[in-house]
Amino acid sequence: WPYCRKRCSYCSFNTYVVPALDEAAVRACLVRETQTLLRLSQVHSVTSVFFGGGTPSLASPGTLAAVLEAVAGAAHLPAGAEVTLEANPSSTSTSRLAGFRAAGINRLSIGVQSLDDAELRMLGREHTAAEARKAVEAARGLFPGRTSIDLLFGLPGQSRDAWAQRLEAALRLSDDHISLYQLTLERGTALAAQVRGGALPAPPQDLLADMYQTARTVLVAAGFRHYEVSNFARKGALSTHNLSYCQAEQYIGVGPGAHGRFVLRGEGGCSREARVQTLEPVAWMREVQSRGHGTRSRAVLSPLEQLEELLALGLRTDEGITHKRWGHFSPQLSLQAVFGAPGEARALQQQGWLVLDSGGLRCTWAGLAVLDSLLPDLLWQLQRA
Amino acid sequence: QEELDMLTYPVESIRNFSIIAHVDHGKSTLADRLLEITGTISKTDRNKQVLDKLQVERERGITVKAQSASLFYSHEGMNYLLNLIDTPGHVDFSYEVSRSLSACQGVILVVDANEGIQAQTVANFYLAFEAQLSIIPVINKIDLKNADPERVEKQIEKLFDIPTDECIRISAKQGTNVEKVLQKVIEKIPPPQCSTADPLKALVFDSTFDHYRGVIANIALFGGEIAKGHKIVSAHTKKRYEVNEVGILTPNEQPTHKLYAGQVGYLIAGMKEVTEAQIGDTLFLYKQPVEPLPGFKSAKPMVFAGMYPVDQTEYNNLKSALERLTLNDSSVTVHRDSSLALGAGWRLGFLGLLHMEVFNQRLEQEYNMSVILTAPTVPYKATLSSAKLIKEYGKDQITIINPAQFPDKLSVSEYLEPTVLGTIVTPHEYIGKIITLCQDRRAVQKDMLYIDENRVMLKYLFPLNEIVVDFYDALKSLSSGYASFDYEDAGYQSADLIKMDILLNGNPVEELATIIHNDKAYAAGKLLCERLKETIPRQLFEIAIQAAIGKKIIARETLKAYRKNVVAKCYGGDITRRMKLLKRQAEGKRLMRKIGNVEVPRDAFIRVLKRDTDK
Repeated sequence: WPYCRKRCSYCSFNTYVVPALDEAAVRACLVRETQTLLRLSQVHSVTSVFFGGGTPSLASPGTLAAVLEAVAGAAHLPAGAEVTLEANPSSTSTSRLAGFRAAGINRLSIGVQSLDDAELRMLGREHTAAEARKAVEAARGLFPGRTSIDLLFGLPGQSRDAWAQRLEAALRLSDDHISLYQLTLERGTALAAQVRGGALPAPPQDLLADMYQTARTVLVAAGFRHYEVSNFARKGALSTHNLSYCQAEQYIGVGPGAHGRFVLRGEGGCSREARVQTLEPVAWMREVQSRGHGTRSRAVLSPLEQLEELLALGLRTDEGITHKRWGHFSPQLSLQAVFGAPGEARALQQQGWLVLDSGGLRCTWAGLAVLDSLLPDLLWQLQRA
Repeated sequence: QEELDMLTYPVESIRNFSIIAHVDHGKSTLADRLLEITGTISKTDRNKQVLDKLQVERERGITVKAQSASLFYSHEGMNYLLNLIDTPGHVDFSYEVSRSLSACQGVILVVDANEGIQAQTVANFYLAFEAQLSIIPVINKIDLKNADPERVEKQIEKLFDIPTDECIRISAKQGTNVEKVLQKVIEKIPPPQCSTADPLKALVFDSTFDHYRGVIANIALFGGEIAKGHKIVSAHTKKRYEVNEVGILTPNEQPTHKLYAGQVGYLIAGMKEVTEAQIGDTLFLYKQPVEPLPGFKSAKPMVFAGMYPVDQTEYNNLKSALERLTLNDSSVTVHRDSSLALGAGWRLGFLGLLHMEVFNQRLEQEYNMSVILTAPTVPYKATLSSAKLIKEYGKDQITIINPAQFPDKLSVSEYLEPTVLGTIVTPHEYIGKIITLCQDRRAVQKDMLYIDENRVMLKYLFPLNEIVVDFYDALKSLSSGYASFDYEDAGYQSADLIKMDILLNGNPVEELATIIHNDKAYAAGKLLCERLKETIPRQLFEIAIQAAIGKKIIARETLKAYRKNVVAKCYGGDITRRMKLLKRQAEGKRLMRKIGNVEVPRDAFIRVLKRDTDK
């Protein structure tokens, strides 16, 4: 759902603020594109659905229901499949949430970002900390054990202590899943311009590292499992959707700017493609109306490219890449063959960043934090093999 | 097409002249206009720096190689042959300028109407004056808003003793008054004083290499005549050749039957390498030797740099690229060299820093080669006191061009460094800052005089190594671009030199080792360490960057380890973009140099040295 009521100061996503919206038209297009792409991919069973954006909680429950119906109509959508809605605290009244639940949503991800009013203002968020609290409580009531909150750290001017306090407050409030993101100052955003202009301080690298480590330690102490670089869950409340990405499963992106990775079996294809839908909503709608889907670009991924993606994504999880999963993409060359011989991976293992054993290839606790420093070496080793 | 008969141009109707000026005052533009007016090239908008044939010349807007062109012009009923020699304007190439001038009887001295007399205006004027050439002062760029020709005319009168009414005010860009310049050339510059009856005596003032035809030498005849079939000898190499072709340049080669005394053109005689036709050499007929023309000297390199292939597998490619590039540049000296860390390579000698930069750029553009360049050094000398070393080298004074050869203090009675005499011309408001800069560079003032109410000329004796890297840019920067600089070789002086090493986690980085004056070691070491800290990317472990003299550490910086380097969001969006970035980094790592465990970008050295001069 690519629409928002306003753009936050740090946002660089494909989202639009429009005065008026023909929701029926958008709904029809989402439904149509869902059907078309499902048919193209000939996927039998959908394991999870994620409504992202934009601010998906601005869509009406009817729209969400229509899309879910379309999914169920073109493929098998099991009753227990994870269906997540991203929500903004300012559009999550209890009644509204109930409507979402009735439409088929069974998991909620709330964009809290911060529990401090001054920080929320700097981020350009639409809600206050109090409103965020209420939203989370409402959500936990309707989706117990299935509510997640998003948190940002590394805000300009944020001190170690301030972050420690945020964490504590978040823990008191949260359900069993937390997504933790370091604020990145993307070029072109209002917040980045403020920092560049000197109005706000740029957070130093070492402070960011400290904050991340603190968060990991505190959350693990509170019973959370750090299962992906940015995601923590306790009592087994992991997000199936997140895991699917990291295991390089197939996924279909529907809507303006959505990304997908799947094989076009419906056209007799056998290669996994990387696809992106048209970014601009009006253009996207026209394309969907005229030919059933608004795919802007598609590129076949070579076997090497698929493995590279699996490597870069799989290592983001605590379980890493299993031998079996690797074998699915690389039947000839096992993990051991590529990374077991003396080389970059062996060196990284010796330095304590990586582990290669019967369970597969994964990062150590310390390695996960510096994954992007490890990947170039591993990619190079993979290319040579 | 009939061959030109050069006999129709007797000596009296020949004028040989050059255009000299400070950098960017409009020499090449004036040359373009002269070529157009005389019909040598057709008049189109696309005539810009026609005589600058090298890509690197056209890009940088400088002339690197001297070219010549023969122009035909009618004036008051007579047909004249005007030979124009375009000269390099940069301070690194003053020897080439002097050789080109010896083929002329006069010069056009171009001065920018706003900038006025600059350091190379002065230097080039003196070259022409000492060669007793007629000088036609021309004030250019009068079309620009800030032009002040009257002021410049007064400068010229004061400094060069030339009456103001002899100056011609022109705009080479627009063509204003350019024809008048041609007429003045005919009127004021005398024809060459030589005779075809004399034995052949030809000056080589440039040469180029053509793959099909061999070396093409630019020559000026001081006596006699030359044609296909003649047998000639080089005064310098003593080698004998048979002439295949002679002709004139318009500005492309146009063969003729013969060339006569007083004329300028080219010659092809089966020479295989440009070193066989060195600038300043004299050619004469076999069995008719003549007194060689004075002023010949072998190219003297001022700046040395080590050049190594990125990977030893590229050695042969680099070797042939160097061979081909030096085919056309006989002033680059090449010595084979090797280093423990970098493998087999070369130490090249250049006339100056610009020469080195242009060479490197040509290597990249024309031969697609990327190389590792090591510290530019100057040729130091050491007077040995150790009997063992004297025996080993066979003499008691050695020249050191590679820091690895630097002999220990205990074996040396005296170290020496090369010096230059530099001329700076500046508006007087910058004098204070410039004097400070020069003192900071261990320079000694030799002269200071006002050339007019506003401008001062300073002469300083500099150690060459103090100006080799960024003196010029520092000077420009603190004078807002108004100060100009020129220099000439001034011999050697005693110096307190040491060798400074750079270490990364205890491992020496050979390409960053430098020979430096003891007084400057701490500051230079500290600066190098600081810049390295910013150039080397953070890695998974801490890196100690140190500067050392022998075992003593004189400066240190620490580059802390990465503790977090992983992107927050990875899904739902641009995985493709992330993968591209990661793969680019993987590529980049391949090209890195590994010093111990530390990964250093290939061009770290250049970046570290050039940091200040970046904008």
